[in-house]
Amino acid sequence: MFRLQAFHMYGIIGSAIVVGMISILLIKRFQLKTINCETIIIPAKKFHWGNVYGGLIFGLGWAVTGACPGPLFAQMGSGYLVIIVTLLSAIAGTWVYGLLRDRLPH
Amino acid sequence: MEYLKQPWPWYISGPLIGLIVPALLLVGNKAFGISSSLRHICAICLPANISFFKYDWKKESWNLFFVAGIVLGGFIAVQFLNGQRPVNINPHTAESLKQQGVKDFSGLLPQDIFSFQQLLTLRGFIFIVVGGFFVGFGTRYAGGCTSGHSIMGIASLQWPSLVATCCFMIGGFIMTWIILPYIIQL
Repeated sequence: MFRLQAFHMYGIIGSAIVVGMISILLIKRFQLKTINCETIIIPAKKFHWGNVYGGLIFGLGWAVTGACPGPLFAQMGSGYLVIIVTLLSAIAGTWVYGLLRDRLPH
Repeated sequence: MEYLKQPWPWYISGPLIGLIVPALLLVGNKAFGISSSLRHICAICLPANISFFKYDWKKESWNLFFVAGIVLGGFIAVQFLNGQRPVNINPHTAESLKQQGVKDFSGLLPQDIFSFQQLLTLRGFIFIVVGGFFVGFGTRYAGGCTSGHSIMGIASLQWPSLVATCCFMIGGFIMTWIILPYIIQL
């Protein structure tokens, strides 16, 4: 993917975004409710500099492990048990972020 | 059935992933996002009085069922849909990786790097442990990952998610083109 030699992952993420976008537009256009008749709420993402710094750090990790969080779980299910270590490490990373949160620039 | 047993093309799997967005919204008013599960696991197992982990995770437990479903999906794909076949990557990519010492493309992950034997080497440690740490730390710092920002965020037209996604990509390119060639040779 990051070598720009295969279109596959761009196709997957790109088409997922397009389908997601069309569905959200339809949900808003027709003011659809959930099956429990609740109004659908899409949480707003407020910009903070963590989007940039954290994004870069995640990008580095993404290219090393070859996985964002979702595929980590899928790889474990596929029988790559060593990925349990990667997942535990990712949980540790999240925990350390929680610990340092107040001291990091946002 | 035969069609299911081949690797699915991107124009099938991508839209299916995209459909998770309205499915979660319509069924439970939930926003698609996977990295949050890591936070919930922290909140459950080791909140350690850190304010970031003090919230009612039980309300978010759907997210843990969701990732359990991903594990199950990976299992089904490999066990019943013949998923254990050589990874489908560009031959040029395979060739240049071979020159760098990564030779095993028989499964989804190269065993030359991602195995318990490799875990004790410096290179394996960086790929498996350091990489994982960056994924967990970075996604939470960024407030989401490829699902929460790139798919859910961009699909709902939120510009901070576009910024985050661009940074994911920049980080990925820096690693692949500048840093990874050195790590792979360790």
